[in-house]
Amino acid sequence: MEKIELREPISANQTNDLAVNQVAETHHHKDEVGAKIGMWLFLFTELLLFGGLFLLYMAYRLQYTNDFIIAGQELNLVMGTVNTIILLTSSLTMALSIAAIQRGKKNLSILFLISTILFALAFLVIKYFEWTEKFHHGIAPNAPELLSKPNGEIIFFGMYYSMTGLHALHVVIGLIVLSFMLFFLLRNRINENDYIKLENSGLYWHLVDLIWIFLFPLFYLIH
Amino acid sequence: MEQGQKPHLITYGTYVLVWLSLISLTLLTVTISGVDYGRIALFIALVIAFVKSVLVVSYFMHIKFDEAIFKFFILVALVTLASIFILTSTDIFFR
Amino acid sequence: MNSNFAMMNNYLTYKSKPGILSWLLSTDHKRIGLLYLVSMVVFFWVAVTLGFLMKLEMLTPGKTIVDAQTYNTLFTLHGMIMIFLFIIPGIPAVFGNFFLPIQIGAHDVAFPRLNLLSWYLYIIGGLFAIVSLFLQGGPIDTGWTFYVPYSIRTTTNVILPLLGAFILGFSSILTGINFITTVHRLRAPGMTFFRMPLFVWALYATAWIQVVATPVVGITIVMVIVERVFHVGIFDPALGGDPILFQHLFWIYSHPAVYIMILPAMGVVSEIIPTFARRTIFGYKVIAFSSLSIALIGYFVWAHHMFTSGMSDTSRMVFSLLTFLVAVPSGVKVFNWVATLYKGSIELRAPLIYVMMFIFLFSIGGLTGLVLGSLSTDIHVTDTYFVVAHFHYVMFGGTAIILFAGLHYWFPKMFGKMYNEKVAIWATPLIFIGFNMLYFTMFILGYLGMPRRYWSYLPEYQTLHIISTVGSWILVAGLVLMFGNLIHALLKGKPAETNPWGGVTLEWTVPSPPPVENFEKIPVVENGPYDFSTINGETNGKN
Repeated sequence: MEKIELREPISANQTNDLAVNQVAETHHHKDEVGAKIGMWLFLFTELLLFGGLFLLYMAYRLQYTNDFIIAGQELNLVMGTVNTIILLTSSLTMALSIAAIQRGKKNLSILFLISTILFALAFLVIKYFEWTEKFHHGIAPNAPELLSKPNGEIIFFGMYYSMTGLHALHVVIGLIVLSFMLFFLLRNRINENDYIKLENSGLYWHLVDLIWIFLFPLFYLIH
Repeated sequence: MEQGQKPHLITYGTYVLVWLSLISLTLLTVTISGVDYGRIALFIALVIAFVKSVLVVSYFMHIKFDEAIFKFFILVALVTLASIFILTSTDIFFR
Repeated sequence: MNSNFAMMNNYLTYKSKPGILSWLLSTDHKRIGLLYLVSMVVFFWVAVTLGFLMKLEMLTPGKTIVDAQTYNTLFTLHGMIMIFLFIIPGIPAVFGNFFLPIQIGAHDVAFPRLNLLSWYLYIIGGLFAIVSLFLQGGPIDTGWTFYVPYSIRTTTNVILPLLGAFILGFSSILTGINFITTVHRLRAPGMTFFRMPLFVWALYATAWIQVVATPVVGITIVMVIVERVFHVGIFDPALGGDPILFQHLFWIYSHPAVYIMILPAMGVVSEIIPTFARRTIFGYKVIAFSSLSIALIGYFVWAHHMFTSGMSDTSRMVFSLLTFLVAVPSGVKVFNWVATLYKGSIELRAPLIYVMMFIFLFSIGGLTGLVLGSLSTDIHVTDTYFVVAHFHYVMFGGTAIILFAGLHYWFPKMFGKMYNEKVAIWATPLIFIGFNMLYFTMFILGYLGMPRRYWSYLPEYQTLHIISTVGSWILVAGLVLMFGNLIHALLKGKPAETNPWGGVTLEWTVPSPPPVENFEKIPVVENGPYDFSTINGETNGKN
């Protein structure tokens, strides 16, 4: 019994295809599910990246429960809540932008994408004011004011700056990616028939939102 | 789509509804954070955050309508994450 | 362009871009595999040289050739290069890249450009580590584990090598993402999961570890850098940080990383043994699942590196128990390999001899692992040469030996040249004797109390140290002979046939070296991977 069928005589047609295909360096077909699998796997790495920090947070919150509560009072709940709403809304406009291009409504898609970018900027601006305000009060890593506090509070702010900082970095990266997507949309390289790039960027953007959904209660809602 | 498989289209309205629920949950969690639930406050806050993330993953990230393989993948990632937490807890909770 | 172009040119000779660029910018998985191979061999020899110098220093108590600080640098770099630049990328990056697509009947991996990017990240990461040697402050001296608080206090260059390790992690992740997607999306028609060669199964399990474990060490490394630059306090005990948490995070990756190193090697063994026993593998599904369960359980045992760190007793017991569990699937594999050989018509060729050496050395490594996994004995030998011996038996005797076995197995396919098999076989006793002299003495030294990473030692240890050092010379001689033989074959070897060993997986059906896109026509697979019912050594014809 023979099992593996290959090396069939090659028809002229196939030979031609091979030649035209410029060998090796070309994609054969666009595999959208494959692209999405790749993206999700990447998202898992992001999840585990933040997971390490959440793990540290768990350990230190257990160790310094009271200090965490005291230090948590110093964060600005209003700014945190507004930022949460902004980020959630940006996720909505992102999803809507994809929904629009799926239906072939390019202009609507562009409009939604631009609003997503604007919301992302707003998030960063608010974050900036939040951080600088803390800095003015001497609550900055290694500042004498902070170092005079109990260890638990130093760790709380250490975690706060590390986690929101890493998150903000992801917002910035998302901003850059989304700007590229806007460019592709304008150039019609993302269109009704081929929008996997936009979808994958959307997935990334939602992940940034997801992380924030957990950061928010852990830092701003401690009582 | 060229493969002839139509993607499942989620309506604009569904997205807006999901968004409204997310906002309400946010406001809810902020409001009740003022109430002193003692030790379970953190638990409640995390449950609300979890519900929110399920909404985002299911609808915004349209996992609800994607192939089963994606759900399986997410399960793998979450189980991994959970095991790291549980096993590290055997140290930090018993030190 | 001639319409026969694709068939006339194999992957080594075609030119898509001028000169060297057709290699450096190639997205062909086989060329990328070779790029990895070449760079990895270079790094390997650098690290071998460092290790050789370390052993030379240990010839006498006190100073022999270098001072203590240089010795610290030697063991740090030896570890970093061997682990991050040689063994972790090792088999997946070279043989995985080269053979995974061929074995599942695909033209390439799912994301060829990402694949190239991951090689560049690998090189950049390596360069970071090397450049740091020559900067002010001096080369890193923390050991490859970068333990805090020392790594946040030492004045040597820590940040750059750490960044290098982070980038290498990224490279590893990209390879992992690529392989998982490739396995899910690009299998040839009829190539179901349970028709995949076991090497592919091993790579698949490995890829999952790469994806879900590597980011954890990524964030750990980033936090050490943040700690050094901004002093946030998270790992600094002076500010309330907990160094044991660093160890947790570090080993959450670095233990599974051990399985990133060994699983693909086990996959290669499962390829070589059936080919030379002329028998289908014994317990195909069990081996496939044992790969997955090693990946899974291997994720749950990290804290056995920390038995003496001061973590809780509860967790020491939990992790000790889990550590014993991971021995089960590894044992399953060894028994299945041996059972495959049983009553097979064994042909004792060079690759199989390397595999035999692997089974012997790896078993010693694995069994001494049990000594370290049980709490009471671990406390006696922790941080001694016993540990050093154990992981060299596992990593060198395991992964590196199999990398050599794979090199001998697939060399004819990769380069289309045949090496001198007699010389290849003659190198094995040298390697085997040198290896055991070098590392088995370390078991004894460690048991007698010789601590690792010490630059000097008490005179009563000297006899054993001398045996060990002489062993390192024999080992290096064996390695030189082996590599020399392969390089000679590259230049002067006879052309290799399509299927010199009579293997039955798909890579033996394409010419040696394979054509640019592997297959003129994607094959249709109708049987499992190790069906020797029609042994004729020739390419299987059509039905």
